[in-house]
Amino acid sequence: MFKSLAPPEYLATIDTDKCIRCKRCIQNCGWSVYSWGGDRVLIDTAKCVKCLRCYHYCPVEAIQILDNPVRFRQNAYWSYHHIRNIKRQAETGGIPLTGMGSDQPYPVLFDHLLLDACQVTNPSIDPLREPMELRTYLGKKPSRVEIERGDDGKIRTTTEMPPQIKLEAPFMFSPMSFGSISLNAQKVLAMAAKECGIVMNTGEGGLHEDLLPYRDHIIVQVASGRFGVNPDYLNAGVAVEIKIGQGAKPGIGGHLPGEKIPLEVAKARMIPVGTDALSPAPQHDIYSIEDLRQLIYAIKEATNYKPVSVKIATVHNVAAIASGIVRAGADMVYLDGFRGGTGAAPTIIRDHLGIPIEHAVAAVDDRLRQEGIRNEASIIAAGGIRSSADVAKIIALGADAVAIGTAALITMGCTVCGKCYTGNCSWGITTQRPELTVRLDPEVYAERLINLIHAWSHELKEILGALGLNAIESLRGNRERLRGVGLDTQTLDILGVKPAGR
Amino acid sequence: MNHDYQRDISGCGLTGVISKKKRMIGGDVIVRSLCLMNDRGNGLGAGFAAYGIYPEFRDFYALHIMYDDESSQRTCEEYIRNEYHVEKAEDIPTRPVKTIAISPRVVRYFVKPLRERMEGGIGEDDFVVRTVMRINSEIEGAYIFSSGKNMGAFKGVGTPSEIAEFFRIEEYEGYIWTGHTRFPTNTPGWWGGAHPFTLLDWSIVHNGEISSYGINKRYLEMYGYKLTLLTDTEVAAYLLDLLIRRHGLDIPTACTVLASPFWKDVDYMDEEEKEAITLLRLTYGSALLNGPFAILFGHSKGLVGLNDRIKLRPLVAATKDDMVFIASEEAAIREICKEPDRVWAPRAGEPVIVALED
Repeated sequence: MFKSLAPPEYLATIDTDKCIRCKRCIQNCGWSVYSWGGDRVLIDTAKCVKCLRCYHYCPVEAIQILDNPVRFRQNAYWSYHHIRNIKRQAETGGIPLTGMGSDQPYPVLFDHLLLDACQVTNPSIDPLREPMELRTYLGKKPSRVEIERGDDGKIRTTTEMPPQIKLEAPFMFSPMSFGSISLNAQKVLAMAAKECGIVMNTGEGGLHEDLLPYRDHIIVQVASGRFGVNPDYLNAGVAVEIKIGQGAKPGIGGHLPGEKIPLEVAKARMIPVGTDALSPAPQHDIYSIEDLRQLIYAIKEATNYKPVSVKIATVHNVAAIASGIVRAGADMVYLDGFRGGTGAAPTIIRDHLGIPIEHAVAAVDDRLRQEGIRNEASIIAAGGIRSSADVAKIIALGADAVAIGTAALITMGCTVCGKCYTGNCSWGITTQRPELTVRLDPEVYAERLINLIHAWSHELKEILGALGLNAIESLRGNRERLRGVGLDTQTLDILGVKPAGR
Repeated sequence: MNHDYQRDISGCGLTGVISKKKRMIGGDVIVRSLCLMNDRGNGLGAGFAAYGIYPEFRDFYALHIMYDDESSQRTCEEYIRNEYHVEKAEDIPTRPVKTIAISPRVVRYFVKPLRERMEGGIGEDDFVVRTVMRINSEIEGAYIFSSGKNMGAFKGVGTPSEIAEFFRIEEYEGYIWTGHTRFPTNTPGWWGGAHPFTLLDWSIVHNGEISSYGINKRYLEMYGYKLTLLTDTEVAAYLLDLLIRRHGLDIPTACTVLASPFWKDVDYMDEEEKEAITLLRLTYGSALLNGPFAILFGHSKGLVGLNDRIKLRPLVAATKDDMVFIASEEAAIREICKEPDRVWAPRAGEPVIVALED
């Protein structure tokens, strides 16, 4: 057999003295790293992705997954990954794929921003004693309100409320399609969204009928492949999202291989079983901003004017693009930063295209304010939100809410191994293999995801309390409460943030 | 949008009095009330606003302007004479105060906008607001600190008694008065930074620190306001101007915007009211004043006192006949009204609204 010149990344090892030969590792590994050799477990370590499923299910701690100490000679310029990719490309002639968001060491602005807190001159607020409001409404807002006062002294309004999505906390789940993730994983998202009073997003994969009970907590997506799109689908959720691009692969379409298209996925997407599901790079009816406007209004007409979101990858000119999207009639602009996750993307694209979400939100919020149209649409920030601190910081920069994808998957067992595109996910998340998906019990894992949202909500309330605020809208766009550490003047200027010490 | 500014924060004491029947109240009354709260300030800022003090010029905008030097005065006066008919210009009467070493020149002008300068159907009020914004942000060393009709603000760096003596406050008579003593917590020294803060006939005195300042500022900038003072009070004044004068909300509704009821209470309101309050919150969320504050705002038709939504700063109100008193401390009221008919502490977020009788 041909042995790749690219050495394996990980060494899966079993301590044979400890091993009790229970074969759970063989059963659990989706990548067939382990097989039975008659008296012991055999290991094909080249297949290992370090997802740690085997380690977790080994009852005697016999398994260790090590980073392979065999590396190419160290070189500050020709990194291990450069050499490895060249060798792999020389062997295959192909484009190396990857899953999840970029893991490259670009500067992370979140880690250069610090939040304020109250001392003496203004009191901090204890969220355990005082009300603390995270409720968030997404959608177009009027710029002013006409109020009448009745004889009873109570007020009423003659201004019509544009359609809104009500979130109990400023979170939503990122679009992840049935096909890229399993139906059980989607059920986890839907159940948690319902329980937490937030929303999930179908991604471009149609809507499985099992999710219909959660329709008040679902945004349906229309993307370039138009998979699963029909009038019932458009009207099934609380809003419709037009996907133009994705942070992990701006300018690139999607490719769900036929192996991930069994009957149920095929039905939801309205395509034949086993065919590749190709989403073209552009939407073939959108070649410019006026075309987008037509699609937005076609969808509004078809849905009796539900809110429409437009999702874009954050590219260099994101502020002008977002402004155009708002003027084209979108109720929400979903910004997906370059750290955003994916089920499958060419590594070269993922790691080298786009800009970080922090810059993008700051630039878009500024631009919409300069043009006086900030109230016309909500800004949803996504692409690498790792903690409630990231949430607070991006909201302070100007976002209305965040969408989380990777963090939600981590609650289901994901270890961000980045091999989603293989369809072998041992945790049952990014796979359609029934023996793997059955592992992901929606009820059990929904509980964990609910816990995460509750935990982040509590943390956000603590942060607000420390800031002396009791409503999330007082943090939104309040860059005065952020300071930069170790950022250059121009970056501070783009973020609209003062350096620490000022 | 400039973000690299240094904000000016301070603690404070405030007091206000109004006669609903427009009976004249001497300046000495408000001075006594304010001086009782000397310990709420640190001698680095005090001021007064009075309504009804210029009856003979009631139809003219009274511009109170402070100048750093002669050249700023020249530039500014040239600008004003170009845009306005000036009925009268005079130095604001002052007397020397030993403890006030440095003071700006203070001059007042009674003016009307020139018709031919008001292009594009702009109203007189908007025209004056534009002048205030332009002079305060563009003419170095000139600062308009009062711009209403038949009212005026007097303020500077000093204790309440020093500022009262300097501006000869006891010589004025008005039917609404507010006063403010200041405890700035950063480098003081600029007379314009003292309260009250005014725009047209709005005057604000304020105790507190607006924790939502950053977003309030950016929201106002969308509507062309230039926040040159970098104080929380300025934000409150401009928000009231936007909500009441430009967006046509009545005063109680504007107060609902500045100190919104909590969702937990809104959820149990009847449908019509709930819809209105929700729409206000969605539309004006960026105008919510979050953080501790007590404010008094005077205007040509009355006086309003308002607390933040969880009452993190003191505010006491009292009535006596047609008089209403609102102050940081009850003692400041009792100093000028020994036996009020009623004394109460307004609840969090619930405004005390007093209107002059027609």
